[in-house]
Amino acid sequence: MANRMIVPFGPQHPVLPEPIHLDLVLEDDKVVDAIPSLGFVHRGLEKLGEKKDFFEMTYVAERICGICSFIHGLGYCQAIEAVMNIEVPARARYLRTFWSELSRVHSHLLWLGLMADAAGFESLFMHSWRVREKIVNLIDETAGGRVIFGSCKIGGTRRDIEPETLKRIARDLDEIETSIREITAIFEDDYSLKHRLEGVGVVSKEDAHKLGAVGPVLRASGISQDTRSLGYAAYGELEWEPVVETAGDCQARSVVRAREIYQSLNLMRQCIQKMPDGPVDVKVTGLPNGEYFSRLEQPRGEVVYYVKANGSKFLDRFRVRTPTFANIAPLLHMLKGCEFADVALIVLTIDPCISCAER
Amino acid sequence: MPIRKISRTILKSLFGEPATLMYPARARVYPTSSRGRVAIEIAACIFCGLCRRKCPTAAILVNKEKKTWEIDRLKCITCNACVEACPKKCLAMRNKYAAAQTARQNEKFQAPEAKPGAGG
Amino acid sequence: MIEQANITTLERSELLSKVGELFNQGYRLVQICCTLKDAFELSYSFDKDHALLTLRLQVSREDAQVPSVSGIYFCALVYENEMHDLFGLNVTDMALDFQGTFYKTAIKTPFNTPPPIAK
Repeated sequence: MANRMIVPFGPQHPVLPEPIHLDLVLEDDKVVDAIPSLGFVHRGLEKLGEKKDFFEMTYVAERICGICSFIHGLGYCQAIEAVMNIEVPARARYLRTFWSELSRVHSHLLWLGLMADAAGFESLFMHSWRVREKIVNLIDETAGGRVIFGSCKIGGTRRDIEPETLKRIARDLDEIETSIREITAIFEDDYSLKHRLEGVGVVSKEDAHKLGAVGPVLRASGISQDTRSLGYAAYGELEWEPVVETAGDCQARSVVRAREIYQSLNLMRQCIQKMPDGPVDVKVTGLPNGEYFSRLEQPRGEVVYYVKANGSKFLDRFRVRTPTFANIAPLLHMLKGCEFADVALIVLTIDPCISCAER
Repeated sequence: MPIRKISRTILKSLFGEPATLMYPARARVYPTSSRGRVAIEIAACIFCGLCRRKCPTAAILVNKEKKTWEIDRLKCITCNACVEACPKKCLAMRNKYAAAQTARQNEKFQAPEAKPGAGG
Repeated sequence: MIEQANITTLERSELLSKVGELFNQGYRLVQICCTLKDAFELSYSFDKDHALLTLRLQVSREDAQVPSVSGIYFCALVYENEMHDLFGLNVTDMALDFQGTFYKTAIKTPFNTPPPIAK
């Protein structure tokens, strides 16, 4: 008869960057069940939609998450633009794509570092974050903030990037890519990491679909689903393919993210090459009236913005479904039957951003 | 050979430049477009209050009678909305960050006394 | 590019059969979005080949009850537990019912009966 016990995990834990609580039901060292609970950092950002006018909500939306801030702002702006029927100028669409990908590289490098740290590979963590620093500096230079971009607005973008700067960034990206190659090679081939990650937390293709997984979790299980295929911003005009792995384990999820960095660098180069001239914003007049679901691909997966406006300055309803929230069900599935020592790793591989999930 | 791979990285880390700045011996250079803090050229301000109305966090206070302009640096999110709204272009975004504060306190700017004959 | 919103309004009694139909056609559950003004407004969004389809359901405050779809889509349980814990909407026959412990809040159902705002 196995020894049954319940171990609380989180909300404060060394490997958890953000607070989620899991009650793990153990049988000796095997996890048989996991019961999640949330609600530790709820900030009521959705309620603010009734108090801040719809222009100011852009700032609120950007602050939902510190890591994927640009894509949150973009999602909100796209929803309002769809409600108000605003056509965004081509240059603004390319700039938005450029910044989205910049934030994706930043997020994935951050995650790869955390992953290495959780697996006990301290020096790899530092190498990842050293490269990430270069990306963050690029964000600071182009958007004006290291974390909060603040460059997206309803009807376009608030800033433009000079053509000379773009050319220089294209050269910087090549340099950055060389240093990223060194890091990702370790994630793909290193014996000790493989030993730790392979075959852990497996989600099959059918389960991933059934459990509503999104983003890299879904793509690591062999389903080629990427919201960018909708062709929002400039994605419809660029050449790219979703990154897909088939194993569905922790290793596959790491590799998907590592390979997505190159995809993002490639997309950024294409943006720089194809960037059309012209204005970066259009004047927005009138008030929004209507509702819309706006979907985008974040570094963590698909995010859904629901906006309902009633023709006044303030939004009627505003709700966000973040990728981490959708990935909780697959997480519970992965945890069942795993070793207790692997729990921390598995939780990390969904790239949990709990402050996203809590709004 | 993994040893050959890692030796390259080790050598690079040993003899290359450190990734961090040797602060404070070498000060950090901020990009010119970095959003650091809002600065005001108070002599040019007409105290219209547009910046106060556009501020999403209500960090700015404008008093037309006393001719003062105040900002709460801890509330300010340096979003640039006031700078974009200013009709006289007397607000600007500087790339240096505001100094740390020990207490919540508004930074106050007082317009200089209007010179006689300067047109009211 | 503006994606077309495809919203169908339906009755509570039709919900399970309609969701089951979509499941058999291979749709993926994107989200269940609950908002509350005078009545609960539930939006079940589904996706197939990047086309979004939304089922809209109105539930009055007096009769705050809805059947669970987690028997069909297991992943619905996070959304349904959220609806129960934050909005106070009773979801019957959930595949996995956390019984109000999914969100640890100081006040029960804070989105339904919001606490007074402290100045």
